[in-house]
Amino acid sequence: MDYLYYPGCSSKGNGIAYEESLKAVFDALDVRMDELPDWNCCGATSYMSVDEWKAVALAARNLGLAERQADGKDGVDMIAACSACYLGLIRAQRYITDYPELGKQVTAGLEAVGISFKNRVRIRHPLDVLMNDIGTERIASRVKHKLAGMKVACYYGCQIVRPYATFDDQQSPVMMDRLMAAIGAETVNWPLKTRCCGGSLSGTVPETGLRLSFILLKEAKKRGADVVATACPLCQFNLECNQGEMRRLFGESLDLPVVYFTQLMGLAFGLPSRALGIQRLFIPLPAHLLSRVQEGGRNVRV
Amino acid sequence: MSGFNSSTNGHPPRIGVFICHCGTNIAGKVNVPEVVEFARTLPFVAVAKEYKYMCSDPGQEMIKHDIQQYGLTRLLVAACSPHIHEETFRKVASEASINPFLFQMVNIRELVSWVTEDGHEATEKAKAMIRAAAKRVLFHDELEPKKYPVKPGVVVVGGGIAGIHAALVMADAGERVYLVEREPSIGGHMAMFDKTFPTLDCAACILTPKMTTVRRHPNITVLSYSEVVEVSGFVGNFKVKVKKKPRYVVEEKCVGCYECIEACVFKEPRFPNEFDLGLGKRKPIYVPFPQAVPPVPMIDPETCIQFRTGKCPKGCVNACGDRDGIDFDQKDEIVELEVGGIIVATGFDTFDASRLPYYGYGIYPNVYTGLEVERLLNASGPTGGEVLLRNGQKPQSVGIIHCVGSRDENTNRWCSRVCCMYSLKLAHLMKERTGAEVYNFYIDIRAPGKGYEEFYDRLLQEGVHFIRGKVAEVSDWAMTPDEENRLVIRVEDTLIGMVRRIPVDMVILSVGLEPQRDAQEVTKLFNISCSTGNWFMERHPKLAPVSTMSAGIYLAGACQGPKDIPDTVAQAGAAAAEVLALTHKSVIEVEPNTAFIDERYCSGCQICVGLCPYSAIYYDEEKKVAVLNEPLCLGCGVCAAACPSGAAQQHLFQDEQLYAEIEGALVGVG
Amino acid sequence: MDEQFEPKLIGILCNWCSYMAADLVGTSRIRYAPNIRIIRVMCSGRIESQLILWAFRSGADGVLIGGCNPGDCHYQEGNYKALRRVTLLKQMLPQFGIEPERLRLDWICASCAEEMRKTVEGFTAQIRNLGPLRLQTPPLLKPIKIEMEVSRHVEA
Repeated sequence: MDYLYYPGCSSKGNGIAYEESLKAVFDALDVRMDELPDWNCCGATSYMSVDEWKAVALAARNLGLAERQADGKDGVDMIAACSACYLGLIRAQRYITDYPELGKQVTAGLEAVGISFKNRVRIRHPLDVLMNDIGTERIASRVKHKLAGMKVACYYGCQIVRPYATFDDQQSPVMMDRLMAAIGAETVNWPLKTRCCGGSLSGTVPETGLRLSFILLKEAKKRGADVVATACPLCQFNLECNQGEMRRLFGESLDLPVVYFTQLMGLAFGLPSRALGIQRLFIPLPAHLLSRVQEGGRNVRV
Repeated sequence: MSGFNSSTNGHPPRIGVFICHCGTNIAGKVNVPEVVEFARTLPFVAVAKEYKYMCSDPGQEMIKHDIQQYGLTRLLVAACSPHIHEETFRKVASEASINPFLFQMVNIRELVSWVTEDGHEATEKAKAMIRAAAKRVLFHDELEPKKYPVKPGVVVVGGGIAGIHAALVMADAGERVYLVEREPSIGGHMAMFDKTFPTLDCAACILTPKMTTVRRHPNITVLSYSEVVEVSGFVGNFKVKVKKKPRYVVEEKCVGCYECIEACVFKEPRFPNEFDLGLGKRKPIYVPFPQAVPPVPMIDPETCIQFRTGKCPKGCVNACGDRDGIDFDQKDEIVELEVGGIIVATGFDTFDASRLPYYGYGIYPNVYTGLEVERLLNASGPTGGEVLLRNGQKPQSVGIIHCVGSRDENTNRWCSRVCCMYSLKLAHLMKERTGAEVYNFYIDIRAPGKGYEEFYDRLLQEGVHFIRGKVAEVSDWAMTPDEENRLVIRVEDTLIGMVRRIPVDMVILSVGLEPQRDAQEVTKLFNISCSTGNWFMERHPKLAPVSTMSAGIYLAGACQGPKDIPDTVAQAGAAAAEVLALTHKSVIEVEPNTAFIDERYCSGCQICVGLCPYSAIYYDEEKKVAVLNEPLCLGCGVCAAACPSGAAQQHLFQDEQLYAEIEGALVGVG
Repeated sequence: MDEQFEPKLIGILCNWCSYMAADLVGTSRIRYAPNIRIIRVMCSGRIESQLILWAFRSGADGVLIGGCNPGDCHYQEGNYKALRRVTLLKQMLPQFGIEPERLRLDWICASCAEEMRKTVEGFTAQIRNLGPLRLQTPPLLKPIKIEMEVSRHVEA
């Protein structure tokens, strides 16, 4: 095992394409990723605002389970792909050390169910692993079809670099942009990389939430983006599926595909589109872009 | 060798101990009466007294009086740092006919009362230090200050307004001045400005006459496009090596007709002009700006066809004709100067705004720095004084962001002192020239100068908008149709407690002041120190603001800290006066802390010869001993530390003196 | 519990950087432990090993040497000479029964007030932990005739 993998609920549900493409890409790079046995909710749901210590305890249970997989090493790296999981798990770690009272409560709770917690897990984001452990050289060498001519707006979302900037710049992250450059795509310069996608509001205060989403997509389009690449199931879902509603509200048709960055990597690696969950997209990638990314002599079908 | 009977003619020494209250600075912490009582118990102390301000006239008089009355032979003053008042009390001693070096200063303010929490601890520490000094002073010798003739002449490093003003003051007083400037022309930052605050005088109108005077002054030699590469010697006797970089136009032959520039194969200026910060264009042969001093063109070998290919018709050479002023083979030239004093006036650099990507400098073409806008406004600038954006249009609205790279722990913590005022000036000029709506985004408005607050008031009357809040972001994404294709400034307006988005056509970043990028190297060159943030350090922040710890080297202008033009000129004048006070002496007294070698104990091992950093010690083959060439010795004491037999010693820091001081600090006597 | 041991410390500081820093700590009104007694020399290169040993012999529990940062020496490279001496002396100290940690050399620039405070505080705490220096056989040194001369004059 190279890394433990914490999927989280989205990756098994509406964000399944993220998991499919992530696994396919890591396989292609010969990096082994083992799913954490018996994982549970990361605590990122509204639980956090209802009961802080239970939310932290929930997340910490996953960390305790992960420590069991350390095999005598002094720590273990666990990949959390979903932004909410990534932040939820890191936040649990920080809260336990930063607030000793809460920490004691949580560790005591875990011990009661036979889980020891020593804070020895390193929570890693796939972008962090890809850029810092694997490296652009190895990634570039795996590319079969450069995504030449494809203009990508890299959207990091609100949670990967905030409030804890562990591997990228807090104001203006660049890792995904560099990754896209490594697979031959062109990235557009937009200042909205970490701006709220409106996801948490589109269900409750849709007028406001959708307006935020619309601004993001409109600006991406204005800067010539063919596609928006995300690293978060909620952002992907929110930005993609609400475009019809946005058209109704703001009178502008966007039709901008929103994909996971791992899906674009998979396409560049020449992996079968089904393995990447490309068929699950509601707004398909334009044919003229896909025609450049050949797969065994055939056009990639969507 | 040292022995404490050297100046007492066999009589026991009589020490006077004088302890200063320094108002409450010392007495507020140290129990001075207790220390006085203690001092009286120390061996050979004939009198111990306290006074509120020992450095004041009555204090000094008291010491002089007591020296006479009690027949004191040694003097000890416990007060502030020797760096502040050692000279004062040495003078007191000498006026009361004690050799000034039979005196020791005890620093019970900076080293005791100001740094100790507990009064009792402070009192005990003061006692120990006085005990140490009372022991040390017994071993002091009578010394005479070293006297050296002072060479005439001053090197001024940096040809901005500070250097120019200092040079003129000194030259008018008859001093020979060498003004060294690393750029092709003197004038510095001030030459780039359009108007100056708060009076709105045109910078060129007040500066260029001074530049011309400098050029014509019989006592000033301008070494432009030159850099100081080596400084040696000491106060009154400096040797300065200056490297003149090749400008490929011979200064002595050039008459300033600029026909060579006309005749260049490039008919149109094509290359970014450094003086215009890249906003304007120049040819490979150029003068940085029309009023440059010296008015001599230079050739940029990076862009000149002759340098790049060797196959240029050389219109410039033909145009120059018999004057023969163009020399493609010019090389670095080293000029050696011998002078009495040096003024360092190397100025500042502006903060690099691209370090703050969220303000969009270098990302959005219509985000400018304040200095760039000065060039846009300047009648001899790239647009002839018309404010045109990079797309050729006039801005309808302008946002000026204050404190960019100042007052921020992520960049620089200091206030750059000029940005508020130059922002107001730019706001006024922008409104006047373009009629645009102008928004100032400020943290605090700092206008504490003559006429400054009034100028701020005037701007408020003129209808310039002021929004108090630190700007979060400058970006080009639009939230509303009104914002499309404009720059949007996102800011928390702290006066109304709301986040606002203000769309504008042009953003001006009021970048702060920073030390020159090579400030560290300059400190090494001149043997001066830096304060926090790499600004050059003055000898004393209040009482010696233009001196440095290296005697004979003075500071002027913003190299010492951010300053506006009036302050810079005032400081330059002060530095000039200090240098004149030095060079107008025929001899200079230097601290006699030099080494000496007692031949009787020297075994001729020559360890000291190799260690001396100034090659001041040589080996006398005949006598088989090391000999000191005293004028070269600067008094570090390395030889004294290394000498295995104790033959090499350092005045004021002799073995016995240091041993006694250490012992006294640790062991009670009697 | 015994009263806390308060060490006696000697600080020998160069005139241009570390003594200036000590002055600056004062003007900045920053507090530090009162244990240190500061001796000023022109350059850390003036400080010879015997001077340090003399301090230990006279009852110092620790000796702090302060010089300019590398490259900043007012006398070109006196601080490097101090570094060489201190490095050698630290190897010899155990022969006298003195722990090498009782001697510390630090570069402190003229504007480094906070650095100076930290150094003095840290060193004081370190020596406090080490406890008092109890020399069995004081190192042999140049005889110093202070007491002799004192008594001679008293008699005279």
